[in-house]
Amino acid sequence: MEIEPTHKIHIENLNVYAGKQQILNNINIRIPKNKITVILGPSGCGKTTLLKCMNRLTDLYPELKVTGKVMINGKNVLDAGEDIVKLRQYMGLLSQRPYPLPMTIYNNIAFGLKLKGIKKSRELHKQVVRYLQQANLWDEVKNRLREPASRLSIGQQQRLCLARGLAVNPEIILADEPTSALDPISSQYIEEKFVELKNDYTIVLVTHILRQARRIADYVVFMYLGEVIEQGTVDEVFGNPKMEKTKQYLGGTFN
Amino acid sequence: MYLLNRSQRHKVNYTWMIISLLLVASLPFLLFLGLYLKSFLLIHDYHLGDLLFSKVWKPGSGKFGFYPFIVGSIWVTLLAMLISAPICLLTAIYVTQYTRKRFLRIMHPAIDILAGIPSVVYGVWGILVIVPFISKFVGPLFGVETLGYSILAAALVLSVMIIPFILNILIEVFRTIPMELKEASLSLGATQWQTVKSVLVKKALPGIIAAFGFGLARAFGETMAVLMVVGNVVRLPKSVFDPGYTLPALIANNYGEMLSIPKYESALMFAALILLAVSLFFNLVMHFFIDRYNKFAS
Repeated sequence: MEIEPTHKIHIENLNVYAGKQQILNNINIRIPKNKITVILGPSGCGKTTLLKCMNRLTDLYPELKVTGKVMINGKNVLDAGEDIVKLRQYMGLLSQRPYPLPMTIYNNIAFGLKLKGIKKSRELHKQVVRYLQQANLWDEVKNRLREPASRLSIGQQQRLCLARGLAVNPEIILADEPTSALDPISSQYIEEKFVELKNDYTIVLVTHILRQARRIADYVVFMYLGEVIEQGTVDEVFGNPKMEKTKQYLGGTFN
Repeated sequence: MYLLNRSQRHKVNYTWMIISLLLVASLPFLLFLGLYLKSFLLIHDYHLGDLLFSKVWKPGSGKFGFYPFIVGSIWVTLLAMLISAPICLLTAIYVTQYTRKRFLRIMHPAIDILAGIPSVVYGVWGILVIVPFISKFVGPLFGVETLGYSILAAALVLSVMIIPFILNILIEVFRTIPMELKEASLSLGATQWQTVKSVLVKKALPGIIAAFGFGLARAFGETMAVLMVVGNVVRLPKSVFDPGYTLPALIANNYGEMLSIPKYESALMFAALILLAVSLFFNLVMHFFIDRYNKFAS
């Protein structure tokens, strides 16, 4: 199937099973380009698994069986022949808690750059600086680049992870509740950054926080128990939800 | 009801806790002190440097040079570590990163069985299998004539013995690394092997050092199996095919007759003291590295 130019990711009939249990049930989603798409839903509804299908981190869990199509740039990500390494560099990942690599601040960024084949130290340095600046971290760390990344505060670590993800020059950012471990100021920073980044990137944000979705989403996918209940623009889903489950979740009377 | 009221019971419990703590904490010191006092006779009469670095061991004529035993112990231990460390590291990486969880569930009992085999059984296995194997195959392969009872035999038996201990710790170390760290590295476009090499091993380094240190200490102190295959010849080994003698074997072999020769008892106690000191040294070095590493990265 052709992807319309305005859509970056096209998910068709995606099913995920863990043994006999079905985790994702017939998911069909279109994710628009240069927009923030929020995948919303209560804990355990399969949001994270859906995200992991997109960059094939599901491969790490041999108990998972994935069927269907995840089309990105006209290619099915789930096809075995796909070059997973290139594909993953096409997408940056921001996880729930920051997991800096066990190396220096500088090398956390340089790691991905080196994987992309950049070897000259001058070019590496230039790019490290650029991506740290892009994540608004440069001023705080410019004098401590050789310190281990684990010494940064958790908010700084999350920005480092963002910079690290941007450094491999992706077109898509996958974010899995990236603010759930952060204080309000760091969270607000990440949200503002996402709004800024959507000009250049397509952002898929998984969250269970309604206000966050309302603040920054362009497009909303509401999930419950492994199924997509409703999807549409933020105005459609929040302003005029059609499904009972969505109304309940938005109204806080969910059970 | 109770003999004592609540605060009295609390006091009694507290006192007992302090007493047990002090007992445990003071044991190493008492051990050291005891061995020192017992070997004092020897240390008092001889120069410490002579004791540690003299090659002549003739207790009958009052010559106590521990150098052959120290060298023998170090050779056997280091060689055993050289053999088992890479095997353990690669196995741990394989079973935790490349196989399904079910495989680990099968591996675990196998490792535990290996760990539970008495060392004398390993010794018998060494005599029946390793020693002839070395004298008939490995020796001729290198053009060396050897009886098989050698440093190499001891190291081989020892390496098999310490594998389960090191491996169990390493598996635990790799299992406690959060999955998300692996995901982060993979999502940056690293391959599985690049992730293992540049991220997971780095993250696990303090644990890896601790595991190796633990194995080293165990290997250094192992007595029975080594004694049975090392040859027990007081001589500086020139190659791994030569027989040797280790400190624990010295103590175990001669304990029965130590009262027959003057200062012999002191000499054996001194051997024990060296063992304890070396183990302590290994421990300190290991902690030094782990601390340093933790300060630098974690």
